[in-house]
Amino acid sequence: MEIPNAENLKQAEIDEYDSLVQQLKPKPPLLKHCFWAFVVGGLICVLAQIILDFLQAGGMGQTDASSVTSVIMIFLGALLTGIGVYDKLGKTAGAGSIVPITGFSNVIVASAMEFKREGYIFGVGAHIFSIAGPTLVFGFAVSTLIGLIKLLFM
Amino acid sequence: MSLLMAFLIGGSLCLIGQLLIDLTKPGITPGHVLVVFITAGAILSGLGLYKPLVDIGGAGATIPLSGFGHLLTQGTLKAVEQKGLLGAFSGGVEAAAAGIAAAIIFGYVAAVIFNPKE
Repeated sequence: MEIPNAENLKQAEIDEYDSLVQQLKPKPPLLKHCFWAFVVGGLICVLAQIILDFLQAGGMGQTDASSVTSVIMIFLGALLTGIGVYDKLGKTAGAGSIVPITGFSNVIVASAMEFKREGYIFGVGAHIFSIAGPTLVFGFAVSTLIGLIKLLFM
Repeated sequence: MSLLMAFLIGGSLCLIGQLLIDLTKPGITPGHVLVVFITAGAILSGLGLYKPLVDIGGAGATIPLSGFGHLLTQGTLKAVEQKGLLGAFSGGVEAAAAGIAAAIIFGYVAAVIFNPKE
């Protein structure tokens, strides 16, 4: 008689459990999610617009003011993630907290913090981009490609 | 007025992100959403379709990650005009330099100072 491999058995149990969870899990309340994503995401952009307007009123050029606004928002995202506020916000806001640049900052801090026990160089230093890295890879790949296309047709 | 438009455009972009999470296959992570937004922003910007959104929405269009993609593409295109081939490689990083450096520095410092909750 063949004794079922303990590994396989365990995997089968996990699969069975997962499919059961999928069946029983209530459908996500789409409208509620969308409402909160819209409101929180919108408000984060309003805060950024207030900072942007303030900087431009102070005589800063549009490009610089826009850069400074991004830097401030990234700082706020990092700080709020560090003190644990941003992830609480994310539970309600969903994409409203992911899509703005504060969300980019959030995944950087969250993934880096998680690997602190592996040290400050290959823990924090490496995992800073374990989630946010692909974003930069694809961003630069696409924008460079567009630049090359323009070069061909210029 | 600029605040209202920032709210509406920024909110709408986040709503699209939420639809992406809720209506596509399970297992989509925040990382995937960010990649989709930066890529879409960069492409739309290359086609000249993102600039109007920035003109209308201000920070509502630049603060979502699609705005970061727009920044990369516009920086690249401008540098290509000035420096040719070199610009295709240098323009994006130059335009996004402040944001990327801020993300690395603030991100690193925050991760060192604070500990994960729970």
